[in-house]
Amino acid sequence: MHELSLLENVREILESHAQSQNFAKVTRVTLEIGKLSCVEPEALRFGFDVVMKGSLADGAELVITEASGIGRCRQCGRQSVIETLYDPCAACGCPYMDVVQGAEMKIKDLIVI
Amino acid sequence: MCGICGCGSTEPKQAHQFVLSHGHHHHQHDHDEPDTGRMVKIEQELLGKNNAYAMQNRAYFKEHNIFVLNLVSSPGAGKTTLLVETIKALKDRIPIAVIEGDQQTEHDADRIRATGTPAVQINTGRACHLDAHGIGHAVMDLGVQDNSLLAIENVGNLVCPSSFDLGEAHKVVVLSVTEGDDKPLKYPDMFHAADLMLINKTDLLPYVDFDIERCIDYARRVNPDIQIIRLSSTKGENFLAWTDWLLAQMQALA
Repeated sequence: MHELSLLENVREILESHAQSQNFAKVTRVTLEIGKLSCVEPEALRFGFDVVMKGSLADGAELVITEASGIGRCRQCGRQSVIETLYDPCAACGCPYMDVVQGAEMKIKDLIVI
Repeated sequence: MCGICGCGSTEPKQAHQFVLSHGHHHHQHDHDEPDTGRMVKIEQELLGKNNAYAMQNRAYFKEHNIFVLNLVSSPGAGKTTLLVETIKALKDRIPIAVIEGDQQTEHDADRIRATGTPAVQINTGRACHLDAHGIGHAVMDLGVQDNSLLAIENVGNLVCPSSFDLGEAHKVVVLSVTEGDDKPLKYPDMFHAADLMLINKTDLLPYVDFDIERCIDYARRVNPDIQIIRLSSTKGENFLAWTDWLLAQMQALA
């Protein structure tokens, strides 16, 4: 359950911005989670309320946007959408792909009051 | 308590060398939703804090010429036995230190110390992985010598430790033939993150249904650059290939 550690990081990041950005409450947190990251969005949703309890994001809504996975083929150089780290190239079938996008785990933005 | 990083630990003062200097955050404001609150753009990596500690560790290791390996596997793949045999093979040639990660007990650190090698145990408690901040403190506790090998044995877990950079030179994933040969596809993140896969317990191949070529094919699909060594730590089969790899990597970095 490293999702709990990640959520604790989310809480710390929110708290670190509260003073400089002049807010006392967070009502919505938007995360961008890449399809190829090793984070399970459902596990984040499951733990979010618990970890945010008592913080300035207590009761906040969690929005998770999923960034699709994109790989570049080592053989033909073309890019294609991949669902897993072992999907072959959609154009030529070569099994060796480099990840171009989809590994990210970010806080995108907040709604604050 | 650690006064600068506020981590609640009681480590000696030198540990503060590892405290990261806080970088600047960049913000933008949007004021398009005045009635229901305003939007604050953050664009910050969830693992940013760990990555900053890892960078700091890496700089320290480079400065002191410490070659660091992060050993990962599922529980029972043979990481500790591999380390004990590695220490026996190399301890007369290079200084070695070990950080052991487990949720509970000092058992693994005790096995390492029995070889005469300094070891510190990190008990992660409920956490399923080591993080870069804990490693920074452990390095100070151990007093790792310059020009040495530091082996970090991560918590036995093929999922979580893949995301947490510790500042190591290489992640080494250990897979034993008593596990399934499809582990690289079942747990692709770890095999994607590793530079070297050790296929361990090869002496047991006649007794198990493990297709080694299929395993290698699967590992290469998730990581075309992964290097692979087959060995048996307990029987010594091909063990030289591993220690040769290790010494060559150390030399390349020195």
